[in-house]
Amino acid sequence: MSVVLDAKVPDGPIAEKWDNHKFSVKLVNPANKRRFKILVVGTGLAGASAAASLAELGYEVEAFTFHDSPRRAHSIAAQGGINAAKNYRNDGDSVYRLFYDTVKGGDYRSREANVYRLADVSLNIIDQCAAQGVPFAREYGGLLANRSFGGAQVSRTFYARGQTGQQLLLGAYQAMAAQIAAGGVTLNNRADVLDIVVKDGEACGIIVRDLLTGEVRAHSGHAVVLATGGYGNVYYLSTNAMNCNVTAAWRAHRRGATFANPCYTQIHPTCIPASDEFQSKLTLMSESLRNDGRIWVPRNMDESRAAADVPGADRYYFLEEKYPAFGNLVPRDVASRNAKTVVDQGLGVGPLRNGVYLDFADVIARDGESVVREKYGNLFDMYERITGEDPYRSPMRIYPATHYTMGGLWVDYNLMTNVPGLYALGECNFSDHGANRLGASALMQGLADGYFVLPYTIGDYLAPKLGSAPVPVDDPAFTAAVAEVDDRTRGWLAVRGTRSVDYYHRELGKIVWEYCGMARNRTGLEKALTEIPALREEFRANVKVLGSADTTNQSLEQVNRVDDFMEMAELKVRDALHREESCGGHFREEHQTPEGEALRDDENFAYVAAWDWQGPDRPQELVKEPLEFENVKLTQRSYK
Amino acid sequence: MSAGNGSGSGAGSAGNGHQATLRLRLRIWRQAGPDEPGAFLDVDAHDIPEDCSFLEMLDIVNERLIEHDVEPITFAHDCREGICGTCGVMINGRPHGPEKATATCQLHMRKFRDGDQIVIEPFRAASFPVVKDLMVDRRAFDRIIESGGFISAPTGTAPDANEIPVPKDVADFAMDAAACIGCGACVAACPNSAAQLFTAAKLGHLNVLPQGQPERWRRAEAMVETMESFFGSCTNHGECTEACPKEISLDFIAVLNRDYLKAKVKNRRLASQA
Repeated sequence: MSVVLDAKVPDGPIAEKWDNHKFSVKLVNPANKRRFKILVVGTGLAGASAAASLAELGYEVEAFTFHDSPRRAHSIAAQGGINAAKNYRNDGDSVYRLFYDTVKGGDYRSREANVYRLADVSLNIIDQCAAQGVPFAREYGGLLANRSFGGAQVSRTFYARGQTGQQLLLGAYQAMAAQIAAGGVTLNNRADVLDIVVKDGEACGIIVRDLLTGEVRAHSGHAVVLATGGYGNVYYLSTNAMNCNVTAAWRAHRRGATFANPCYTQIHPTCIPASDEFQSKLTLMSESLRNDGRIWVPRNMDESRAAADVPGADRYYFLEEKYPAFGNLVPRDVASRNAKTVVDQGLGVGPLRNGVYLDFADVIARDGESVVREKYGNLFDMYERITGEDPYRSPMRIYPATHYTMGGLWVDYNLMTNVPGLYALGECNFSDHGANRLGASALMQGLADGYFVLPYTIGDYLAPKLGSAPVPVDDPAFTAAVAEVDDRTRGWLAVRGTRSVDYYHRELGKIVWEYCGMARNRTGLEKALTEIPALREEFRANVKVLGSADTTNQSLEQVNRVDDFMEMAELKVRDALHREESCGGHFREEHQTPEGEALRDDENFAYVAAWDWQGPDRPQELVKEPLEFENVKLTQRSYK
Repeated sequence: MSAGNGSGSGAGSAGNGHQATLRLRLRIWRQAGPDEPGAFLDVDAHDIPEDCSFLEMLDIVNERLIEHDVEPITFAHDCREGICGTCGVMINGRPHGPEKATATCQLHMRKFRDGDQIVIEPFRAASFPVVKDLMVDRRAFDRIIESGGFISAPTGTAPDANEIPVPKDVADFAMDAAACIGCGACVAACPNSAAQLFTAAKLGHLNVLPQGQPERWRRAEAMVETMESFFGSCTNHGECTEACPKEISLDFIAVLNRDYLKAKVKNRRLASQA
């Protein structure tokens, strides 16, 4: 019984698909919307915007977050900005150009129709957020300011200082708060979703563990929406928040939702390197620093002089030498891989020799310290706070880190997974960024899905269900799932092993980073496929979780998540092994051009790899959704 | 108790002999639950790398406690880059510790000296009950936002974003206020446990914008009165702004006071016209 994936892409020219679709989907009468209950899991940009918008329409919404407040979701940490094809700068931008750039940036591994819609509704997002009072940067005339971001040739990025994600999230959170006060949304905080309940092939509810009391309970609804973010913490060290996890998405996968393109991960080139073994997370420094900073390492691996004393001839400006046209501004994946290459060659800098220099001496000499301070002052301060080094005097040290995951639950054009009634929004799904995400596009996608896509498409599924009650929570499907979650959680306390949850998470991260990080090859991936199951086995037999299951217990929260990462990591590696090409964030060393660039194989790999769960003892089955490009011409990227 | 020698633990020996480390005497508040009595645990924390953050120091302590079969210390944390507002403890009596404009997660151990004693407690305020150890419940903040901390603009109703110009200085002023991360340090620092700075940051953000005008007076009255139902009164000590990791200015409390006073008059007049 193989799964068949139908993307349900509407007919017609690309620019008319969404309008046609909105007309053809079934509607739920305004007076009947309150008769449908929708469970929204996750309250970041995608979840909060969906919860607010669905409640405004009249649906009964229940929202779930494991945080103490929806405002803590990791969307809050996005710095740079949000793209929209407003063409306010009169510089030639259009919906079609944003669409084209996004498909190309994704290295031709995304679904055209979804991306076009994303570019289309980007216009509405900015309007919506401005109306909510998001304090976007303004020009003196009071109109919105823009900047160019991530190598785009037009200025289409809207921003709120370096805190765009924070301000957009607060906008969505506040819209949801208004609906909480009005009774349209019921919020469950400190509620960890540990399973998805499927009955007769349709999603009908979730199993939640209360993180304060440990109580495991069932929630039932007509539809379940997952907006639970990405899986970057499979690497342990990443720029993700500590509690970001794959659990809800993974549990949905185990209940039948296919997981697409898990090997696609974005590595961000400008993060602060780890300082010691106890490092818990990595901090991103804005990409804008590459506009003025020059990246180099000493030519000699025995170099002992301070950076400033190394003469020009002994410095290796590797990006400028290899890519004279783009220099330090090559795309994220190219910059990251080249940093890894020089560090692997033993040329790394810093006490652990795990970074490269990002040097501002030239721009300070040219423009003066005050100009640099005005442009980057807050970033320089942040760097100094974390490292204790003054980047005005000595160069910054940077190294790539995991930042975003393009893969996720497979969804159709309606954002529904292959399990009817189960939706996936934002970073949690796979649909819009292909194999690589462009800067300032994550915020755009999260809000597009929540504000402007799901509220239209969910009615199509719900309308025929009018008059049916949600499955009662005393149904055997629910009671069995509650018992399963409770047993699994309590089971960890009985292991009484010798090593902590964090230890195993860190060990897993090392394997995945080493063999399935910035560059992958068959030998390494095969090695990971033996090491991960061995580690998982040891973890399950030897992890030590103290305390009780009936109170707040952070180790117990983490152990379920790490367990799911252990399984997810294996699928990620298998996906990377099967994809015998290089594309975007997936670089297979066997598949590169003579210049060392990613070499796609469009003939054999222009498809979405969706993996179907076959049970705990059998590997997932690969299901392909072919990608057809009717509007965008496939080309090889070149930055020479 | 001793926190062990760290050897043999997974996170134990970093193998970086050259890295400077600290030995600290920690007094950490432990409390099993909201209604349980609490007490300080003394921990001899040695070999703490000075480049690690305050929360990473607690991670190391926890790893060593686990090794000794002692339940690790519960503390709230998430992004560890000073923006989510989840973390926050009292460090030697100060919310977020000694460094100005710095959340607990961004405080690094090099700010301390070898041999220092560090007293670590949860934020103390009646409206922030302790959940466990160093973790408190700050949901009262959400109640304040729900009472009016928003601009009603249902999805789909917005005019073009450039239809309503916002003078740059007004947008900048609003952004200064909107930078609040909702950590609760202001409440913890206040001798009255007042939440004026938190509430004023949201009012200062929304009430100055053109988009925020239609609901301005309703918002001011509702938010201030919800705040007062949970928190103490402001007597202008100014401790809040000193403790604020985002340096939200006291000026916003002046905006709050002005708008609340005006709102009481205006809302009454509007009501009498109805």
